Amino acid sequence: MSENIFEVKNLQKWFPVRRSMTDVLKNRLSYVKAVDGVTFNIRRGEIFGLVGESGCGKTTTGKILMKLLEPTGGQMILDGQEVTHITAERLRKYRREVQMIFQDPYASMNPRFRIRDVLEEPLLIHKVGEDHQARLQMVAKALSEVRLQPPEEYMERFPHMLSGGQRQRAATARSLILNPKFIVADEPVSMIDLSTRAEILHMMKLVQRELQLTYLYITHDLSTARYFTDTIAVMYLGRIVEMGDPDDVIDHPRHPYTMALISAVCEPVSGKVNRIKDVPIKGEVPSAQNIPQGCRFHPRCVYAKDECRNEKEPELEIVEGRHLVACRRYKEI
Amino acid sequence: MAAEKTTQNKRVLEVKNLKLHYLTSQGAVKAVDDISFCLNKGETLGIVGESGCGKTTTAVALMMMPSPPGKIVGGQILIEGKDIVPLTETQIRKQIRWEKISMVFQGAMNCLTPVYTIGKQMMETLREHREMSKEEAIARIEKYLAYVGLSKEVLKRYPHELSGGMKQRIVIAMALFLEPKIVLCDEPTTALDVVVQAQIINLLKDLKQQLDLSFIFITHDLATEAEVSDRLMVMYGGKIAEIGTNEQLYGKQGPMHPYTQRLLKATPLLHEKVEELAFIPGRPPDLLKPPAGCKFHDRCNVVMDRCKVDEPDLQEVEPDHFVACWRCRES
Repeated sequence: MSENIFEVKNLQKWFPVRRSMTDVLKNRLSYVKAVDGVTFNIRRGEIFGLVGESGCGKTTTGKILMKLLEPTGGQMILDGQEVTHITAERLRKYRREVQMIFQDPYASMNPRFRIRDVLEEPLLIHKVGEDHQARLQMVAKALSEVRLQPPEEYMERFPHMLSGGQRQRAATARSLILNPKFIVADEPVSMIDLSTRAEILHMMKLVQRELQLTYLYITHDLSTARYFTDTIAVMYLGRIVEMGDPDDVIDHPRHPYTMALISAVCEPVSGKVNRIKDVPIKGEVPSAQNIPQGCRFHPRCVYAKDECRNEKEPELEIVEGRHLVACRRYKEI
Repeated sequence: MAAEKTTQNKRVLEVKNLKLHYLTSQGAVKAVDDISFCLNKGETLGIVGESGCGKTTTAVALMMMPSPPGKIVGGQILIEGKDIVPLTETQIRKQIRWEKISMVFQGAMNCLTPVYTIGKQMMETLREHREMSKEEAIARIEKYLAYVGLSKEVLKRYPHELSGGMKQRIVIAMALFLEPKIVLCDEPTTALDVVVQAQIINLLKDLKQQLDLSFIFITHDLATEAEVSDRLMVMYGGKIAEIGTNEQLYGKQGPMHPYTQRLLKATPLLHEKVEELAFIPGRPPDLLKPPAGCKFHDRCNVVMDRCKVDEPDLQEVEPDHFVACWRCRES
């Protein structure tokens, strides 16, 4: 077994844009480059956090890893096996190995199904378990893993009879029931109240340790990412700009974009009311259809120089140990 | 009375014993139940709590627009000393709503109609309220667009052509251009990215100074409140659990009410590594059948026998700091 459960190399997803008549005549193609060359390795048993603002490509990356989208380019290796382009048969197996927890537990469950039906569904699809009774036992086991106790009581309920937190637990149980190797969790707590958010993350972490799972945690929230993850990758306009241990990335950010993100986060301490916060970033995120030349962050960067505009896009380079940054001038700033 | 002592400053808004209940077929849901507070001139009052604690309902009551079966069943809302609860809908619309008190809703994207240009929607709202020539209206709109940091270019655009932050700025401009002095902001930044969120917060702070406004800022996020609110009101189960100044709640001493304390502990800190985040077990009370005694007692970690039978009222524990908790009164 290799150390990395998932290896992603130069992954790309370009969505073609509908063209006008002149574009067709001039044979011009245009794309939204949602993911534009992303490389990372996810180690076995770790929680890998993908952080960024909306539109940065983090959810698209998650969907490609889930095989809900076909990549335009690049390579994906799951547990030593190439899975970039696979047959329908292999895909069925893939669906058992890789599972997903969605953002909205309200929308991701059939309201007419009882919780036991919701959880039994994947077993039926993948023909797991000998009979109904055996499957129900597996359902009960999965529910106790996410600490919905006693499972018998929750099995008979409908989704609307659960609180938001309980529903997200049930959704987690559903993703665990097929014993996956790898789970993609796309903003699993952003719809949940603050008081229960920590409870869900805590539960997910416990389950992850017990069952030695690997998560890809997609979020826009740096604070929970710091608490929850073992590696943080910061994305901007379809590329990873900084990656490393959460402590390194958050306490010693090296990329100007990460610095801006961190300075924008609110913290519950007194004495900030009358201060205007200094967020060192200019303008707004450009469209992914029109990615700037050179370093793609340069139009918004307060440190940008001519070299950032004119020279080739910087690649990720090692700052120290596992800490990587894609910035030409990181040593100076 | 909770609100009464706080004030040397001028009060722009005073709420006394306000009750807004949803009268359903199963009984009254007491979404806002007997709350009193005030808003001083030039200050930002934060309202925080979990979903279903009554914070948005409070805002809806202040705008006098409860949606059926919701009904204001008691209390007073005094704006500049005048009670607006007995006024008719026509009077409210002509004199109060958007004129004296306005609101920025959660999710600005949903506040703009997708089929009109920004200019048309802003013009329509403005000319509905003010008899103005087209030129005057455009001048007013451009002035307020400048306040929120947008160029007049956006007037020709449709909402889908603008980013979330720009739409939020437009909604803020629309809440301001009739020159109200009180602005309610209901989760104005929750749907936005952190960088844009920080920009909008900066904008609101700036506008407060420039236009001499008073804000009520509603969110579920204690971290955001720390950055904007001079005073903070914590709600739980339709009641006020604690009111205190920013310094009292976020400073060294910290909050007094066990609910606020635990909510603050559940807020993840960016610059502090914790092994385990705290959380509050259980769920908020069912307001159709609220528990007896203190509404928080079944989730409280320092509950006493008295809490289960007697409901504590809001009492001043130090200047400007009010807490509704038996435990705090003991020590």
